Amino acid sequence: MDADFLINILLPALWEGLLVTLKLIILSAPFGLLFGTLLAVGRVYGGFFVNLFCRFFVGFIKGCPLILLLFILYFGLPSVGIYLSALLASVIGFICCNSAYNSEYIRGAILSVKEGQMIAASALGMTRIQAIRHVVLPQAMRRAIPGLSNEFIYLIKYSSLAYMITLIELTGAGKLIFSKYFEPDVFIMIGIIYLALVTITTVGANALEKKLAIPGTQGR
Amino acid sequence: MADDDYILRVEDIHKTYGDSEVLKGVSFNVRKGDTIVFIGPSGTGKSTLLRCINQLTVPDKGRVYLHEEEVTNCGSRINHFRQKIGMVFQNFYLFDHLTAVKNVEIALLKVKGMSPEEAREKALFELRQVGMEEWADHYPAELSGGQAQRVSIARALAMEPDVILFDEPTSALDPELTREVLEVMKKLALEGMTMLVVTHEMGFARSVATEIIFMEGGKILEAGTPEDIIKNPGSERTKSFIGQFSGNLGD
Amino acid sequence: MDVFSIVAEWLPYLLSGVMVTIGLVAAALIIGALLGLPMALGQVYGTRPLKMVIGTYVWFFRGLPVLLLLFLFYFTIFPFLNLDVPEFFVGATVLGLRGAAYQSQIFRGAIQSISEGQMTAARSLGMSRLTAIRSVIIPQAVRVALPGWSNEYPNILTDSAICYAIGVAELMTRTSQIVAQTYITMPIYLACALVFILLNYAGMRVIYHLEKRVAIPGFSGNTSSGVL
Repeated sequence: MDADFLINILLPALWEGLLVTLKLIILSAPFGLLFGTLLAVGRVYGGFFVNLFCRFFVGFIKGCPLILLLFILYFGLPSVGIYLSALLASVIGFICCNSAYNSEYIRGAILSVKEGQMIAASALGMTRIQAIRHVVLPQAMRRAIPGLSNEFIYLIKYSSLAYMITLIELTGAGKLIFSKYFEPDVFIMIGIIYLALVTITTVGANALEKKLAIPGTQGR
Repeated sequence: MADDDYILRVEDIHKTYGDSEVLKGVSFNVRKGDTIVFIGPSGTGKSTLLRCINQLTVPDKGRVYLHEEEVTNCGSRINHFRQKIGMVFQNFYLFDHLTAVKNVEIALLKVKGMSPEEAREKALFELRQVGMEEWADHYPAELSGGQAQRVSIARALAMEPDVILFDEPTSALDPELTREVLEVMKKLALEGMTMLVVTHEMGFARSVATEIIFMEGGKILEAGTPEDIIKNPGSERTKSFIGQFSGNLGD
Repeated sequence: MDVFSIVAEWLPYLLSGVMVTIGLVAAALIIGALLGLPMALGQVYGTRPLKMVIGTYVWFFRGLPVLLLLFLFYFTIFPFLNLDVPEFFVGATVLGLRGAAYQSQIFRGAIQSISEGQMTAARSLGMSRLTAIRSVIIPQAVRVALPGWSNEYPNILTDSAICYAIGVAELMTRTSQIVAQTYITMPIYLACALVFILLNYAGMRVIYHLEKRVAIPGFSGNTSSGVL
């Protein structure tokens, strides 16, 4: 791989791809967290049907390969008249996946919050929903941070699967260059970028965890 | 008296952790069949001293001899010596994944290289010695503290050691369970087992010990027969320490 | 011909991919465990340089997407080594080496959770460090690791579908082949999803029974992970 190829062809292409990857992550992660929380609350506090639906959804998403889910959203849904762009299909797929896995961590964290907290909140006249929102969740979310940041890192990595439904993100951009120039070192370059992304995120997540820790309580 | 009367000799053991000097030169000798009880305030290095004898803790200075062979600085021969120097811990340290009988067997199989039949027979024999044969197939989590400690004594006995080190063997136990463990230890002492015991059980010290060693601040302050130490302590420190336990003196 | 009979017609072809998928998963789990356990021991008991080498390995394989690892091994590493290996082999290697990185961390946590007293007691009986690790630490660590380890199965199962990208003839590849042949999409995708979910369920049942078989009364490693 010579410098000319690297600077004039590969890096610009990978830069474009990286922007798409970042767009995917930025569009997916907040909704993954939001729906993950809702799923978790639904599983812990929901009635029979809400609980059943949440469990079924999480079970299906965790059991179905993400790549197959993306195929269903992009190649399958048109057969029932729903046409999604590759970007939208990817984002929906990632939100489903991310929220299902997030919900497991949040659920575990909610269950680990002591029952007395809920009782004390009720004693103060809070409604159930207020108690969940203002007392249980703030404690639970902190405990869920290690798991959630793990899932965020998975999201970075699995965003590469968008390429399988024709979206040219980082991995895809590199693969196209490879197919055109047969330069196998392309994949090493992509690897370096992912490792940098993941390492920076890990450092950031650890810092966040420290910052949000409640004094006198353990991190988890 | 000739040196060869002693089966264990401990010479001038020093040990420092960070800034604190835990042992400041401890020496004593042990004859076959002796039961030496170490008493003294917590944190005066008694447990560290025991661990220095079988090199679980490596002393900074000083030597240990078993049958006139040096245990300190012996390299990998330490595994040979440790078979001859049994140890019983405050928290039992039974192997949690093994039943009582397998806890006793495992070192016979892996260290002594016994056949499975031989090891089983030996293990059951030792469990019988401590009254735990009926519990042979139970896991550590299913045993009371006293039962677990008796199994761990059987585990040490099975190696046929020349001497057994007891590191506060009853400190983690309720009074009731303490008694059943002390019974076993007393029986061993009467059968002639050589034992070094760190304990706060003054009753045991008075009735079983051949020698009591009072330690404080990493040093031996006083040593002698139970009669000497408990009835006529030489120093004020010993006297006041014994005094705290006066309620405990009954057997 | 209606959709159902077409799906029924192609079902045997789809199901023959099950064996390939199971093969990938089994190979990955086995490679992962065979490498992951020694790596964990190295990280806990090894020398500094060894710990660094293993740490770098783990960082590398946990930091990269499966898809990129497949491309990297298929287009870059194996050709560089002048090895012309079947796609299945590439898929199993990538999933296995990556699995080892994850499994080593599960085993490491398990080893570190075992109290120091276990090693102390073993050494006090005259066991060498190696014997103590082999007959006291590992049997306990493996049991403690089992619940975490069993989560690796569904992960590797769903990841195995990414081997589609290099054309391993597993379930996902066959699914898209059938779609290309029949122009039927949803029913075939859903059939494929169903097969994956059944495989997941069946595997977790097997693991659940395995956990029960090696469980020890009162031992901390017993907590079974929930079955779907």
